Amino acid sequence: MANVSPAVPDTHPPVKPRGWYRRNEIALTPWLFLLPGVLFFAVYVIVPIFQSFYISLWEWNGLGDLHETGEYVGLANYERLLGGDRKFEVSFWNNIRWLVLYLLAIPAGLFIALFLNQTVTGIRLYKSLFFFPFVLSQVVVGLVFSWFYLPREGLLNAILGVFGAGGLNILGDPDLATYGIIAAGLWPQTAYCMILYLTGLNAVDPEQVEAARLDGAKGWRMLWYVILPQLKPATFIAFVVTIIGALRSFDLISVMTNGGPFGSTRVLSFYMFEEALSEFGFRMGYGSAIAVVLFLLMLIFITYFLWSMWREEKAARR
Amino acid sequence: MRSITLALAASTALLSFGTGAALADAHSSLEGTLRISSDMSNPAPRAVMEGLAAEFDEMHPNLDVELTIVDREAWKTQIRNALSANPPDVVNWYAANRMRPYVDAGLFMDISDLWAEPEFEAMASTRGAMTIDGAQYGVPYTYYQWGVYYREDIFDELGLTEPTTWEEEKANCQAILDSGRKCYTIGTKFLWTAGGWFDYINARTHGYDFHMELARGEVPWTDDRVRQTFANWRELIDMGAYIDDHQNYSWQEALPFMLNGEATSYLMGNFAVAAMRDGGLTDDQLDFYQFVKINPDVDYAEDAPTDTFHIASGAQNVDAAKEFLRFVTSPDVQTRINAGDALGQLPVNANSSVDDDEFLQQGFEMLSSNAQGGIMQFFDRDLDAEMASIAMEGLQEFMVFPDNLDDILARLEDARQRIYE
Repeated sequence: MANVSPAVPDTHPPVKPRGWYRRNEIALTPWLFLLPGVLFFAVYVIVPIFQSFYISLWEWNGLGDLHETGEYVGLANYERLLGGDRKFEVSFWNNIRWLVLYLLAIPAGLFIALFLNQTVTGIRLYKSLFFFPFVLSQVVVGLVFSWFYLPREGLLNAILGVFGAGGLNILGDPDLATYGIIAAGLWPQTAYCMILYLTGLNAVDPEQVEAARLDGAKGWRMLWYVILPQLKPATFIAFVVTIIGALRSFDLISVMTNGGPFGSTRVLSFYMFEEALSEFGFRMGYGSAIAVVLFLLMLIFITYFLWSMWREEKAARR
Repeated sequence: MRSITLALAASTALLSFGTGAALADAHSSLEGTLRISSDMSNPAPRAVMEGLAAEFDEMHPNLDVELTIVDREAWKTQIRNALSANPPDVVNWYAANRMRPYVDAGLFMDISDLWAEPEFEAMASTRGAMTIDGAQYGVPYTYYQWGVYYREDIFDELGLTEPTTWEEEKANCQAILDSGRKCYTIGTKFLWTAGGWFDYINARTHGYDFHMELARGEVPWTDDRVRQTFANWRELIDMGAYIDDHQNYSWQEALPFMLNGEATSYLMGNFAVAAMRDGGLTDDQLDFYQFVKINPDVDYAEDAPTDTFHIASGAQNVDAAKEFLRFVTSPDVQTRINAGDALGQLPVNANSSVDDDEFLQQGFEMLSSNAQGGIMQFFDRDLDAEMASIAMEGLQEFMVFPDNLDDILARLEDARQRIYE
């Protein structure tokens, strides 16, 4: 046997120098997918936030170029806004009313969901009937409710009349109008919360319920200590969408009262629209200042949402 | 087919009348595209506008007329965007102070040269309303009278006649109230209807000049004369003259009260007549009178809002745009577009003829011979836009809670000082 070293075939494939993209593919690809979204979010959301800040320092009627036709006034718009502008105060407190009362949709949705979460013939039909108002456009909801509230022909006064009360003109009364609109808004919002809870209830662990039952829990204690903790994700989402819904109340107000009577149903978004963009509104700077205040109000909730989502994720990774 | 014949007839007519020479030249020279943005979106006005565009297109073979019709309410907010970037050549808007923001921002073209042409002598009555700081910025194509439209049959039933003085007005109203009806229907949800009442009571109490001083911000809202106006108005409110819950209704939603006889009168613009006829009132049941005198020493001043055409400063085809403005202001065209089967309003050109409609005739008569005080454009067109919106909200509040007057006036005065500083 000749001492010949066998010709070992080179099993290594020829090493092609890998491109920069290939080397970083794993890190880069998610960003590539995110890029269009990030770009649009930046252009249509982030940049306008800063533009609003900037415009709010000017007095400008929105016609022509800001630097030519506008006048720099510093913080004067904010001084006027916070220094006793009654329209602003009314709008601000209405916003708070919306935020607080709109949350009623969460317990209401929960109880309807609990009520519907049983096996009866035709339950699917009942569920869809309850969900129906959420499918309607807000404009339709507003119209239906403004007819419902009509002072003479409205159904509400007909019902009240049966009980001997009546003559209530909800949308024409500056003290009641906002509550009337919130009630109209609660109708679809409750349906929304209900559907969130119905899906949440599907995920409730029957074994835990069984175990609790063996331990003698029922009724309120069962709900509070066993069911609700398991519904926490659903509650969180319901809270988020309800807060967002409350801050987006513009369309209902516009349809039902147009901000009236005498401006008593304005909220900040409506006031901003009126000042800056409506038929008689030529105060871009002032409108922007309102937008900034509204943004700061929203920021409280945005921060809370982001913070709790971050906490959840951290807990999940552990 | 009809529109083509009409167009031919019109162009022939125009050629044979005074403007002939100018038009004949233009006939050949106008070319390119003329872009028009119009807010004449209701069915009848829309047909008129489309007819105008088609006709003008026909008259100028080398010119292409591009018409965009925008919803009338939407246009009020869209116009500023439309004028800012790549504007159309010709747009619709309103006279007086309503055009000031666009004039100040340089978005409407100064067309004083057009107004200097001899044909525009016939438009003299509205020259003032189209003038800002000595220059003219648009041309009117139509206007309409305001006044009290009332149920003639109910007046006859109660033995009432058209009032001419404030005392008669109130006595009539008391008789109507005693018969279980309301005197006036009104829907103040969109506020401007209350502006009409204020205009009339204010102008009848203190006259046209005071109206304009107030509109220009020269008079404090807390002035005693303003309070006098409100005091007069309050007499009607305290009588219970207006329908209940009017803050819930638009002006259309307030119509049924008059149609079914729960209320007898409506202070409105002439455009309401069409709606009343559609609602089933015959001309025997419906009539019109001029708003009564309150202070006998004050001349009648009337609300007669004017709708207008303007040229955008950024217009590409200025020659064609100007020619179009000459076209819509010519006597023949104004007669036709304002006829009862078209807009059903009044032509501005003095050489035009008014349609044979009962209300148009009365309105024309009133405005041409019985409005010595002057012609007001309307509360929200004479006042600064922002002042008007704040004030009209106050007027609505006053109509519901007259006791809040001091608070309302203080608020308006506050706004006046800031806006007209």
